[in-house]
Amino acid sequence: MENRDTVSREAQTAQPLALVPPVDVVEDEKGITLAADLPGVPKDKLSVHVEGETLVIEGEMGLEMPRDLEATHVEVSRPRYRRVFSLSRELDPGRLTAELKNGVLKVRIEKAAHAVPRRIEVRAG
Amino acid sequence: MDFSLFPRDLFAEVDRLQRQMQQAFELSPSIRGFARGGFPALNVAGTPDSVEVYAFAPGLDPEQIHVQVEKGVLSISGERQSDLPPEDDERWSVHVSERYSGRFHRVVTLADDLDATEVQARYRDGVLHISIKRREAAKPRRITVN
Repeated sequence: MENRDTVSREAQTAQPLALVPPVDVVEDEKGITLAADLPGVPKDKLSVHVEGETLVIEGEMGLEMPRDLEATHVEVSRPRYRRVFSLSRELDPGRLTAELKNGVLKVRIEKAAHAVPRRIEVRAG
Repeated sequence: MDFSLFPRDLFAEVDRLQRQMQQAFELSPSIRGFARGGFPALNVAGTPDSVEVYAFAPGLDPEQIHVQVEKGVLSISGERQSDLPPEDDERWSVHVSERYSGRFHRVVTLADDLDATEVQARYRDGVLHISIKRREAAKPRRITVN
């Protein structure tokens, strides 16, 4: 009953089933660095992948919870995260690195070599 | 399928409704700011033996988290450094900045039946889990009827 109720409420309010993690996105000449807060997600339950031109970040929490737990105050109501970003052409998905530490995911995507701005030297004539 | 992280009970449900009311009307925040939200997000749950507090506080050094129980109040405080480059650094452009940085302090009022000397705190995957035992005398006991 409880689940059905939750599902119908989902349908009514059309809330997503996953939490949207807050992120920071910073760009420099050579690429983009993204940091996402994914508290509760262990390494083996994290997925970072590129589908076509989108970057998909998904994670499932793995909290240790004692039995007979009854919630009295809930601010984090879902056990999973998901967020999708469109990548621009100049980024090279083949050169993506990801690191997860203390619930913070850091993703670095390098720009394709041809997209890195080159400084053109101006010679004095 | 279970969509809920924590099993709900009546109180959680009432709580949820109150939150929705608050979000809808922005009703009187307390003097310390809004009673809800903020960093870190908190979930509180109880078992017959203990109260379990989960603080979703990613990216911290566990030694820098200050957890204290005093006069029936659990307090969690510390500081989260920003990962962003300094604003005046022209080599970087910041496109999105949503993650919390700065000092934080959250408090949870504890029930009278908790034992302030029986507190455990663990930090794993960015979640601080604090477990506080109930006093032996306060646990429900079954009385045998002769």
